[in-house]
Amino acid sequence: MTDVHEVVILGSGPAGLTAAIYTARASLNPLVIEGEPSSTGDQPGGQLMLTTDVENFPGFPEGIMGPELMMNFRAQAQRFGATLETAKASKVDLSERPFKIWVGDPDAPEPTHLAQTIIISTGAKSLMLNLPNETELIGHGVSTCATCDGFFFRDQDIAVVGGGDSAIEEATFLTKFAASVTIIHRRDELRASKIMQDRAFANPKINFMWDTEVREIIGSEKVDGIMVENVKTNETSKLDVTGLFVAIGHRPNTDLFVGQLDMKENGYLVTKAPSTYTSVEGVFGCGDIQDDVYRQAITAAGSGCAAAIDAERWLEANEHGNS
Amino acid sequence: MSESVSHITDATFDEVVNGSSEPVLVDFWAEWCGPCKMVAPILDEIATEQAGKIKITKLNVDENPNSSLKYQVQSIPTMLLFQDGEVTKTIIGAKSKASLMEDLGL
Repeated sequence: MTDVHEVVILGSGPAGLTAAIYTARASLNPLVIEGEPSSTGDQPGGQLMLTTDVENFPGFPEGIMGPELMMNFRAQAQRFGATLETAKASKVDLSERPFKIWVGDPDAPEPTHLAQTIIISTGAKSLMLNLPNETELIGHGVSTCATCDGFFFRDQDIAVVGGGDSAIEEATFLTKFAASVTIIHRRDELRASKIMQDRAFANPKINFMWDTEVREIIGSEKVDGIMVENVKTNETSKLDVTGLFVAIGHRPNTDLFVGQLDMKENGYLVTKAPSTYTSVEGVFGCGDIQDDVYRQAITAAGSGCAAAIDAERWLEANEHGNS
Repeated sequence: MSESVSHITDATFDEVVNGSSEPVLVDFWAEWCGPCKMVAPILDEIATEQAGKIKITKLNVDENPNSSLKYQVQSIPTMLLFQDGEVTKTIIGAKSKASLMEDLGL
């Protein structure tokens, strides 16, 4: 029979790895199922793996590179004995304890891991526009990772879609390379923080197209331009850009838990504030998976710490008579 | 870093890639690319395990702009599989070992 882990952590962004550090230091021997490499935001290390300078994480007065910060988190978790498995959970069964977790074939008769408690920190990944040729053009002008791809658009005219912090941050970053960056936003004001907005407004390379949505990406082998529509006047026009960076927000990675855990209408896990308890006892949620308000690395790390302490106390309270 | 994965430059590209009898996978990467760092250890493993079947080599796009231009690389990591000097497979973005192996037909 498979060993029963005291704590299994799903996901390895700031929330998951903070939970790993705390549970490892509490001698709970956490297993972190850290995810699989990808370029969409649900990879090991989480969304910060797709960023460059992180300037608002306390403790780094000069800023730190996102991937480096996450490598540090990981090394710290390993230092205290957390086990990391580079894989994705394919199925979970939360109907009875110990909980069952499958990695790989979800139809395998036996689960891969059994767990007394699960800490869910699978985060969120980038939303796409869902235009017809968008997926085919990823890597050929369409991008969800400005830091990975910006370099290839030196002296070119490009566009960023979105109006939140990540869109404005990407646009500002892209001006290092591009001749011009047009921010296309469907409203007439930005959601981004004041400091990011001020930076963007002051940047001579950044233009704004307000009240505008992207209707079509022109090109088959590469991006030759985009068709945009002003949603107030319904006027359409062509924008001559060779790159389109999509930063329209994120979707929580909660598909595994549909029907097993309570969720909000937008797919985020419901946790019982101020704790990290989900609707199933022994299952805790932290990080972006349950946060549709703050979504910061530091708030994710904070809730990861809370989840670790919640799990530890829950195990203490429930250990007897349960195993 | 594994010795199974070599590094090539714009200058040595043709010699290494086109002059090879084995298929060659070229990983276009850069220091500042998070997903590239995730793929690197996987490529090391594949290179060691599949030695003799496939050659894996890396090209730093910062230092070697000509090859990226020539092969229209606009995103990294991009991995191009060459057979007799022709691109037979394009893999864009970081992936798990299992799906990379599948893409490479290994």
